[in-house]
Amino acid sequence: MTDSILIRLASATLLAALVTATQATTPADLQAAYSALPATPAVPDRGQQLFTNRHGREWSCSSCHGAVPTHPGKHASTGKPIAPLAPAFNPERFTDAAKTEKWFRRNCNDVMGRECSPAEKADVISWLRTLK
Amino acid sequence: MNRHRWIPRTLWVLFALLGASHAVRAGDDQRGPSVALLPKYKQECAACHMAFPPGMLPADSWARLTSDLPHHYATDASLDAATVSELATWLSANAGTYKRVREAPPEDRITKSAWFIRKHDEVPADVWKRPAVKSAANCAACHTQADQGNFNEHTVRIPR
Repeated sequence: MTDSILIRLASATLLAALVTATQATTPADLQAAYSALPATPAVPDRGQQLFTNRHGREWSCSSCHGAVPTHPGKHASTGKPIAPLAPAFNPERFTDAAKTEKWFRRNCNDVMGRECSPAEKADVISWLRTLK
Repeated sequence: MNRHRWIPRTLWVLFALLGASHAVRAGDDQRGPSVALLPKYKQECAACHMAFPPGMLPADSWARLTSDLPHHYATDASLDAATVSELATWLSANAGTYKRVREAPPEDRITKSAWFIRKHDEVPADVWKRPAVKSAANCAACHTQADQGNFNEHTVRIPR
């Protein structure tokens, strides 16, 4: 078994524990959990790049959430308003591990055509936490 | 000066009758839609778009939609299995069964249903493209009480 598979297994277990055991969490806890998996600290700048750039597809995260998600966004196809994503501007964000996982799964698929890695999720949350 | 003096009385009666029958038809719009929405349906589906009244699509359409949420009109709307099953059951039980909704519309889109197209045939093409409207699925852009299941045309306000 390679190291990467071991890390993946460990990360899956850790997240599963986080998702099932405690639904209520904090942005800092979620970032820490995601960072612990690849054992690399989160990099806010990298999170911002991932968030604002397009990844070979029609949408970036910003298409719906706005370039700096401290304000309400708007769904790119339906026009439905989306509450701010930065936790300082919307205290509900990243306080529910299952909800966070659900939206990362769907939206990374839409934007990148694949799921985001734990490191990428940690980067994005770390950048969002710098927005005050 | 009264510009309408020349209109015979019978015509006025006819107008009144037309108006009355029109009002009844407009009132019909509330019959299907006004089902109380399952909280989970509102929570999950209305995160991205309006919580469309379940009576606006037949059960066949809802079954197809709920069975392929990871490919939901070019977006990933996937949900955990328990939630999907809860939504599918409720949508099936509350799906449209009356005449105009009996047949599944193309692509299972409410906006491609014959009744939808007919009811909106007087809306000019450019209205749909206005930034405040954006999509024919954005009912609430013009139907000011759409979130309460009221699509009566008297509540329509088309944004500039």
